[in-house]
Amino acid sequence: MERLVFLLSTGLARGAVLALFALSLVIVYRAARAVNFAQAAMAIVPVYVAFAVTSASGSYWLGLASALVVGALLGAVVERWLLRLVPQDNPLPGIIVAIGLVMVLQAGLAIAFGPDHRPVHAPFSQRPFEIAGVGVLSPYDLFVLVVAAVVMGSLAILFNRTSVGLQLRAAAFAPETSRLLGVRVPRMVTLGWMLSIATAALAALLLVPTGLGLDPHAADVLFVNAFAAAVIGGLDSPVGALVAGLVVGVLASLVTGYASAATAPLAVLALLTVVLLVRPHGLFAAREARTA
Amino acid sequence: MSTHLTRLLLRAGLLTLLALGATFLLDPYRNYQLATSAGVFAAVAGLTLLVGLTGQLSLGHAVLMAAGGYGYALTATWVAGALAGADGEVADGVVGWLLPLLAGVVGALVAAGVLGLLLGLAAARLRGPYLAGLTLALVIALPSAASTIPALSGAQGISAPFVPVPDALAALIAVEQWHAWLAILVTACAVTPLVALRSGRAGLRMRAVHDDETASRLAGVDPGRVKTGAFVISSLAAGLGGVVLAIVTQQVSPGAYGLGFSLLLVVAAVVGGLGSLGGAAIGAVLVTVLPWVVDQATAGLPADLGHRLQGNLEIVLFGVVVIVVTVLWPGGLSRLLKTTTFFQNTKLFQNTER
Repeated sequence: MERLVFLLSTGLARGAVLALFALSLVIVYRAARAVNFAQAAMAIVPVYVAFAVTSASGSYWLGLASALVVGALLGAVVERWLLRLVPQDNPLPGIIVAIGLVMVLQAGLAIAFGPDHRPVHAPFSQRPFEIAGVGVLSPYDLFVLVVAAVVMGSLAILFNRTSVGLQLRAAAFAPETSRLLGVRVPRMVTLGWMLSIATAALAALLLVPTGLGLDPHAADVLFVNAFAAAVIGGLDSPVGALVAGLVVGVLASLVTGYASAATAPLAVLALLTVVLLVRPHGLFAAREARTA
Repeated sequence: MSTHLTRLLLRAGLLTLLALGATFLLDPYRNYQLATSAGVFAAVAGLTLLVGLTGQLSLGHAVLMAAGGYGYALTATWVAGALAGADGEVADGVVGWLLPLLAGVVGALVAAGVLGLLLGLAAARLRGPYLAGLTLALVIALPSAASTIPALSGAQGISAPFVPVPDALAALIAVEQWHAWLAILVTACAVTPLVALRSGRAGLRMRAVHDDETASRLAGVDPGRVKTGAFVISSLAAGLGGVVLAIVTQQVSPGAYGLGFSLLLVVAAVVGGLGSLGGAAIGAVLVTVLPWVVDQATAGLPADLGHRLQGNLEIVLFGVVVIVVTVLWPGGLSRLLKTTTFFQNTKLFQNTER
């Protein structure tokens, strides 16, 4: 029972990070109608910047802010100067270019910073609180949950309550009509990429202290799990990404706790396969038009 | 037998003989590299056929190679053990290595084929990003699968039986050259059917399904069946590639078939030109030899810089090349070979279907 409570609560904190990363995939999917396979590599670059800023200035918060800024800039640069050159009539070239980008960014980071894991310290203690003798959440887990909730809340307000959000949604759903009504669609796509990579960078930044440390591949598994979560939730549904992210996080935590850490990726793979076979467009997405 | 097929088999036989002859010109290490390239070529050929003709992008072909390698190693070890157990001593002569080898190839085909069939059944229902993501999750899960299934003995992997040089040839060739011969023969068996399928009715169906599923369905071609079939064929080729690597390195471990290697297979297919088997050969040689060239070039640098560049510089180069080829030059290197009808251009990037 104690173990179950502990695993559930840690799973919730891991799930919050997953949900955040899945949400970043959803944002970019809604803006560009494409899954960004370079999300992990693009998210880990700002984390390296944050690491450098934090070790230079001693302030975690300065590092966090720089990660968000660099993430947004990276998203804009990649969208404007690389992905606009890629043929859009078919998803394949985009995926292949993203794979090339992953190789360039990850190997580039390994060359610039060396291939070793760098230990990263969390800004808060990772020792769990005890409630009636049962270890529950650590202060850092609590921080992760609060940050994730705040970011998701602000993104929800941005998308649903502001004029920019309306333009973002309009540009995603009906680009031609929005253009006729004066929405600058290419700018909205760039903005979507900026928001997405900044969110992904934040998720990666929150994840790194709980793992082995910082290395160019630190977010790879996060990307695969978040992809699974985003697909399970339906790629264009933010609520779906949130729910599925938490579910996948808790599932991975339970499997790790009761079976072994090695079986968690297999459980995620099995879940992804079943959902794709039963409902290829996810549990929360609107149905696509029939093809035949 | 049609003249077309006869000509194709003749050409395949000629190319195989040419490759076998070329091994006499190479030193042992070059022969080892040739054998590795041959194994990678088999997998890349399967992948390029799948992506170029049916538009299904698999990021997980390394896992299919690993399935072939594990299937080979387990079956060959078991058969070798059974042969040795029957008369109490190691079977000598040709039977001692040929039977385990052939049984291993069958085991590899079964393992890769079953995994490919499962993936293909899923692939038939999925489009671009979903299939790519599923196969990516498969690659990430390979080390977990290896440590969860007891027979695969975790991260250190299992060993494949050594195939000795037959007595008749022992005076003539070294073991590396012998392994290169085996690699070339296995790869020829993997690629020749692909060439036949590609230029035949099956290739036409794959292109039809890729270009317009609805139209091909109206014409009586079942897209699901064609896609699944293409995936299985591609997996079998990748499995034979895994056999080659298992013969050459005498071991199979999940570390050798990680995400990086899987992406390299995609790189080789893209650089060679998606859908082109000749391009796949060039791409396979490139991804096998370029890392070695880079290692040689960086060996003279200071230790720290060399350590950082080692294993990374070529990845950066490959990444840049993939981006440039995809954006500026979608035919890949196969464009250089396009003067012959053997390497037909694919319509991959002119496709209007989303």
